[in-house]
Amino acid sequence: MAAVSDSVFTGPVLYEGTRIPSPVPSWVQVDPARLEDGNVLEVNFGPNHPSTHGVLRLVVDLDGEEIVGMRAVVGYLHTGFEKSMEQKSWWKAINYPSRIDYLSSFQNELLFVLAIEKLLGIEVPAKATWIRTALSELNRIHSHLVWLGTMGLELGVQSIYFYCFDQRERVLDLFEMVTGVRVHGRYCQAGGLAEDIPPGFVPDARSFCRGLPKAIDEYVHMTEKNKIWLKRTKGIGVVSAEDAIRLGLSGPVLRGSGVNWDLRKREPYLFYDQVDFEVPVYDDGDSYARARVRIDEMRQSLRIAEQCLDRIEELAGDPWISDDRKVVLPPREELQTSMESLIHHFKLVTEGYRVPAGEVYVAIESSRGEQGCYLVSDGGSNPWRVHFRAPSFPSIAAAPTLCQEHLIADLIAISASLDTLLGDCDR
Amino acid sequence: MTGYERIPGLIGEIEDRGETTVVVEKERLSEAALYLQGELGFNFLSDIAATDYLGWGGETAGSWGSADGRDLNVPYTLGLALVPEPKPKRFSVSYHLLALRADPVRLRLQTWLDEGEPVASVVSVWPVADWLEREVYDLMGIVFEGHPNLVRVLMPDDWEGHPLRKDYPIGGEPVRFSGEE
Repeated sequence: MAAVSDSVFTGPVLYEGTRIPSPVPSWVQVDPARLEDGNVLEVNFGPNHPSTHGVLRLVVDLDGEEIVGMRAVVGYLHTGFEKSMEQKSWWKAINYPSRIDYLSSFQNELLFVLAIEKLLGIEVPAKATWIRTALSELNRIHSHLVWLGTMGLELGVQSIYFYCFDQRERVLDLFEMVTGVRVHGRYCQAGGLAEDIPPGFVPDARSFCRGLPKAIDEYVHMTEKNKIWLKRTKGIGVVSAEDAIRLGLSGPVLRGSGVNWDLRKREPYLFYDQVDFEVPVYDDGDSYARARVRIDEMRQSLRIAEQCLDRIEELAGDPWISDDRKVVLPPREELQTSMESLIHHFKLVTEGYRVPAGEVYVAIESSRGEQGCYLVSDGGSNPWRVHFRAPSFPSIAAAPTLCQEHLIADLIAISASLDTLLGDCDR
Repeated sequence: MTGYERIPGLIGEIEDRGETTVVVEKERLSEAALYLQGELGFNFLSDIAATDYLGWGGETAGSWGSADGRDLNVPYTLGLALVPEPKPKRFSVSYHLLALRADPVRLRLQTWLDEGEPVASVVSVWPVADWLEREVYDLMGIVFEGHPNLVRVLMPDDWEGHPLRKDYPIGGEPVRFSGEE
């Protein structure tokens, strides 16, 4: 048994013991003594409220403005993706994951394909992996921009919203250039990518990368020097490293509590072990720290994306998908001349490829934290079981722990700083 | 060396595609969970995923599961040349664990259940299991004994059935029309 090293923890002890409510960890129950004087009012916050990032219902017990009890009710966006995917062949099912977490749509799609590739044991060409790494980081920037804009909107720092969405448009333009659509690209295939990147992508992406640091400076200026932002986030919604781990929080939320934990560094996938970047960690565990982590992360994502673009340029002309004909569609032009290719094409399109029996769990660092995918195959052309580990699901379950003893207005700041996405949570 | 052989109720250890799975007896699951969390440092529970293996293997393998198994005449479900390994019971419950530290380790803790068999809750070991177990209960119908608040989480409270089971009818959602009594 190796010695347990705690070097992942950087911060001081934020509070002694635990603040997780008991007996139900996701439910702060009202102290019966407070109920007696009749001042406690149960209020439904949502399910339709502009600041809930989707359709989230929070049942809050209020004494005046103070939160004395709270639980979250989810499921309003449950669409049964996992069940639907069992009915589709593997390659048709690739359409679904990007709709689960629609802000990190590319990362979700990538995750599902990585899991299929792990079952198949197929090799992916280096160029495809570099493009995947680059798009994955652009997707992270996109998601963080939407988060920052909407958090500003909710806290009353409204102008930042327009600045963020201006840059977000430019990321979406890049995605549109590569995949043909702005959000749900369906660009990954088992074995590589659906198509090569179009000419002109690298220069456009570089020009975006050149412009964004200045925009991020503006965002920092608009948040760091804004009294509303500072007063509504500093010291609000504190969660200690230990509690965060026990509550299953991951990603920027965990790094905002002083845990140096990023799957891109700790369990590298794609080519994250071949690029230089740092993992921003803040120790305060409050909404402000979580926000700082995400803003700093955008700069690191840019660093990674720029390094990827260099490598993509070096590899121009290389294949973007494996040539395993049992999994990958043959090139279009071969269909006119080769009987073999036509048969493969027909089999792949009608029946789909078969994936060897087994079960795998693959986890990636999505914009929101550990996004996991558990797959079971029976050796057939459809998945037997698909399950997604959604980072938003534990985050919303943890919200009552963070909100207790705060005021109702802080609830907005806390739920925004957790960056939960209800599509991701409800699947 | 890894300490896995001393897990209470250990049935087997499987290595596949670089992932380690330890299968334990369902009666001793909570002991195993406590041992893994306390002694081996698995402090982070990533996920709980249950799988229904009704109709797994042989003629009934495939995705169009029903109470009678698979109909080989349904298109795209051609007879499988490869018959997957039979499974010991109908349901598996997999706990994806992570030792969150400088030298991270991942482990899948798995237990097997038949229909109607409950399994012990691990909420007291990993609080994150609260909603994860509710989700498994909601969608797969597995009862976690000792869970403080085992109610549906994703489906409406008055929903009938557990949608991720293989015998749950596809497209079987009852539709209510206006004007209907």
